[in-house]
Amino acid sequence: MARAIHWERNEDPVGIWEHRGKVVLAGAGHSKNTDRRWDGVSMDRTLGAYVIEAARAAMDDAGISPEDVDGIVTSAGGQPAHMSLGSQWGPLRPFFDAPYDSEDGLTYVTAEWIQKQMNLPNVQYTNSHGETVWNLIGLAAQVVGDSRCEVCLVPYPNGNIEGRYHQNPSLEARGGAQWSNPWGWGLSGQGFVFDQYARKYGTNHERMAPFVVQEHANGLLWPYSYYAQHEPGPFTTEDYLNGRWIARDLSIFDCDRPVQAGACYIVTTAERAKDMKQQPVYILDHTESAFTPRSLVQTLDDTESWTDIQAKRSYAGSGLRPEDIDVFAPYDGFAVFTQYFLEAFGWRGVKRGEAHDFYADDITLKGPNPINSGGGNMGTGRMRTVFITDPMEQLQGRAGDRQVDIKAEVAVTIGVLPSNAAALAFSTSPD
Amino acid sequence: MPRPIPVPDAISKPFWDACNERRLIIQVCTMCDRRQFPPEAECRECGWQFHLDWMETSGRGTIVGFSITYDSRIMAWQEEQPFNNAVVALEEDPEINFFSNLPGIPVGEVPVGATVEVDFISVSDDQLIPEWKVVE
Repeated sequence: MARAIHWERNEDPVGIWEHRGKVVLAGAGHSKNTDRRWDGVSMDRTLGAYVIEAARAAMDDAGISPEDVDGIVTSAGGQPAHMSLGSQWGPLRPFFDAPYDSEDGLTYVTAEWIQKQMNLPNVQYTNSHGETVWNLIGLAAQVVGDSRCEVCLVPYPNGNIEGRYHQNPSLEARGGAQWSNPWGWGLSGQGFVFDQYARKYGTNHERMAPFVVQEHANGLLWPYSYYAQHEPGPFTTEDYLNGRWIARDLSIFDCDRPVQAGACYIVTTAERAKDMKQQPVYILDHTESAFTPRSLVQTLDDTESWTDIQAKRSYAGSGLRPEDIDVFAPYDGFAVFTQYFLEAFGWRGVKRGEAHDFYADDITLKGPNPINSGGGNMGTGRMRTVFITDPMEQLQGRAGDRQVDIKAEVAVTIGVLPSNAAALAFSTSPD
Repeated sequence: MPRPIPVPDAISKPFWDACNERRLIIQVCTMCDRRQFPPEAECRECGWQFHLDWMETSGRGTIVGFSITYDSRIMAWQEEQPFNNAVVALEEDPEINFFSNLPGIPVGEVPVGATVEVDFISVSDDQLIPEWKVVE
C-alpha cells in the first residue's frame, strides 16, 4: 500500500497548480440505496457492497471497463487517518464468511479489498490513506497528474454501525480529553463559535432557517439523498425552529444525519477522458489547510482567520477570482460551517457577518444565488459526496431538476472543517 | 453525579498536582516568553523543549462566550443536561482559555463579559479541577 507521499498543497505561496486543467472528473456513481445504518443482516447492503455498486456505476458513467482501471485511491473509513465513524463491528460479535471476515468491507473499505472483490486486473497504484472527500479527490488528482496512475477509481465509503456519533461511556479523561470531558465540553465548541458570531454581528439562530430549509428542498431533488428516499415530505421553517437543541445554538437540524452509502468517482487525464462517455469536468486546483487553536478552544477569530487563509490559498492555486465562481458548495456538516466558508470566499460579494442577510435573499435553485444546489449534508445525509457530485453535474448540465438557471461553468467546493479544510476548483474548460 | 476524571500524564501532572494545592498554573517558555495551556512537550512558538517552565496565574479571567449542552456525547454528563459550557479567557493572556460549567449560574443565564475567579472542585477523592465563579 502506498503511503506518505507529499501531495498536499498547503504551504503558501502555493502558486498555480502544475496540473491545472490536465486532470478531470470523468464519472460518478452512487449506491442505489442510502440507508440509515447497516442492519447487520443484508449482505447486499454492507458498506463494501455499496462501494462496489458505486464503483460499477461510476465506471458505467465514464464508459470504461475493469481493464481500464490502473489506480484506486480511497479513504477507507471516509475519515482522516484510516478512522471509521462510530464503533467497529467485530468486538461485539463474530465476523462473517469472506469477504466479510474482518472490519474491511464492514466499517471501512480499503483499496486492496475493492481491487480483489472487483477483479480489477491492471491496478498498479493503490492508496487507502485519503481523508474526507475533498482531500480524497485532491489526492487522486495529484497522483493522476503525477502519472502514478492514469485511470483512477476513487471510492468514498460512508457508514456508521451505531447510527450515531461517538458516544463516550468513559469516566476516565485521558489525553486531550482531560482538558474537556471533566466539563462536558463537546459539540459546545460549535455552539460557542456561533454564539460569538451572533454577538459580533447581531444575528441569531432563527436566521439560519432559510438556508437549512432550502438545503432540504434541494436535497429532495437528489435521488441518493437519505431524505429523498426515506422522508420525502417538505421540511419547513416551523420544523427547523422546533428542532430540539443539541448544543445551543445548534439544533438537531444543524447536525448531519449518519447514513450508510457508497460513492465513487473516476479521475483521469484530460487526454484519456477524450475517449470516455461524459463531458469531462476539469480540475483546476486542489489546496488544503490544517490549524490548531492557540489554547483550549477554537474561537470565532480562529475560525475567520483559518478560513481566510484557505480561501486565499484556493484563489491563488486556481487563479480564479470570487466573481468567476458560478456554482459554490461550502460544507455544512454542521450547518454553521457554511457561513464561515461563504464569507471567507466572498462568493457573491458576501463579507464577514453578512451570511444571514444573504440567506434571507433569494437562494433558490432558480434564483441568482443557488448556494449548495445539491442540498448539502442537511438535505442529503452525512455522505458529503453531494459536494462533489452536484458541482460536477451542474457543470455537465445534467443535474436534472436541480440544474441551476445561472451559468454553470466554474465551481468551487470546500470542506470539511474550518480547522482542517480542502478546496477544489472545477471548470467546463481546461483554461 | 460522577463526571469524567482527568488522568494526568507526564506533561500534565504538574498542572493537576497544582490544582490539588488550589493553584492554577500554566506553561511559560523561558526562551520566547510564550505562555501555553494546555501544556505540551515543547513550546509551540519557538520549538524548545528544555525551556518550558510553569508560572502561577492570577486565577482571574473574563467569560467570553458560552454554549448550553442539551445532548452530550459524554455519557456521564447526560443526566445533568442541560448545562452551561462557558469559555473563560485568562486575565494575563486572554488567548488562553479555560472551560467552566459556572456552578450556581442558572442554565442560559451566563453573564458574558463578567469577571470570574478560579475555584477548585473535587471530581474524585484525590483530584481537584479548576472551576470558575462570577465575582462582579
